[in-house]
Amino acid sequence: MTGGDDADFDGLTCREFVELVTQYLEDRLDAESRVRFEQHVALCPGCARYLDQIREATRVLGRTTLDTISPQARGQLLDAFRSWRSGRPDASG
Amino acid sequence: MRNPDGQLVDRLRVGDEQAFAELVDRYSPSMLAVARTHVASREVAEDVVQDTWLALLKGIDGFEGRSSLRTWLFRVLVNIAKTRGVREKRCTTVDMSDAPTHPTVSPDRFESGDSQWPGHWVRFPVPWRESPEHSLLAGEALDLVRHELAQLPQQQRIVVSLRDVDGYDSDEVCALLDLTAANQRVLLHRGRARIRQALAGYFAGVP
Repeated sequence: MTGGDDADFDGLTCREFVELVTQYLEDRLDAESRVRFEQHVALCPGCARYLDQIREATRVLGRTTLDTISPQARGQLLDAFRSWRSGRPDASG
Repeated sequence: MRNPDGQLVDRLRVGDEQAFAELVDRYSPSMLAVARTHVASREVAEDVVQDTWLALLKGIDGFEGRSSLRTWLFRVLVNIAKTRGVREKRCTTVDMSDAPTHPTVSPDRFESGDSQWPGHWVRFPVPWRESPEHSLLAGEALDLVRHELAQLPQQQRIVVSLRDVDGYDSDEVCALLDLTAANQRVLLHRGRARIRQALAGYFAGVP
């Protein structure tokens, strides 16, 4: 542990910190809480690492893709599109 | 104001199949995810997505672009899904009752109240051996994250999917899922914490 005079980092414990990360990342902390959060992260390597790992997790999520409809369902939709188009008077077809 | 799918919608109106395919590929994944929250099975959810696209074709001449296509699609999707969901007697309300008290990091990771530093890490989170983003294991990290995402409770899964995988903003997600901003944030918070924990288990060897 880091010890010293900053033991409770201005009244925010690590246990409390981890529950604030999403509010912080969503910019939903009021000015005072934001300052306390940022002071804590500057002094506490454990919480800095936790915050980094949450950010990294969101970046990995951003590189994944969601499951989509089956190729059969997609094929049926394109078939339906062609019949829809052939029924339209103004479509070039 | 011109909405971003305007060109594709114009091409769709004149029968451009490529435009239709592009829209289907762009929106079906998130539509399927939202539909899954209303109906009991993947099969039915897929039907709901298909019915929504058919409804778009049927209604394209009445679609004036006052709302974005995306907004229109999801509104119709949710209506269709709810009709199917009610028929299947599904309950889709979110249970937020444990929201304020349920911690996302195990309490035993922190010092107890009678220790010298109550509430502080017993041990810091272990650094990851390499970045899940850039390492040779990136492919495995993606598989792991997809797997963990699928294991999340439904409401966490859908919020994390829309926010972090598909990049929707919080206002859109709240509107789509009929959630308050605070509830949406709690679901996102818990879901992300679980994904981090899964990556930690893999990249650090310990939680």
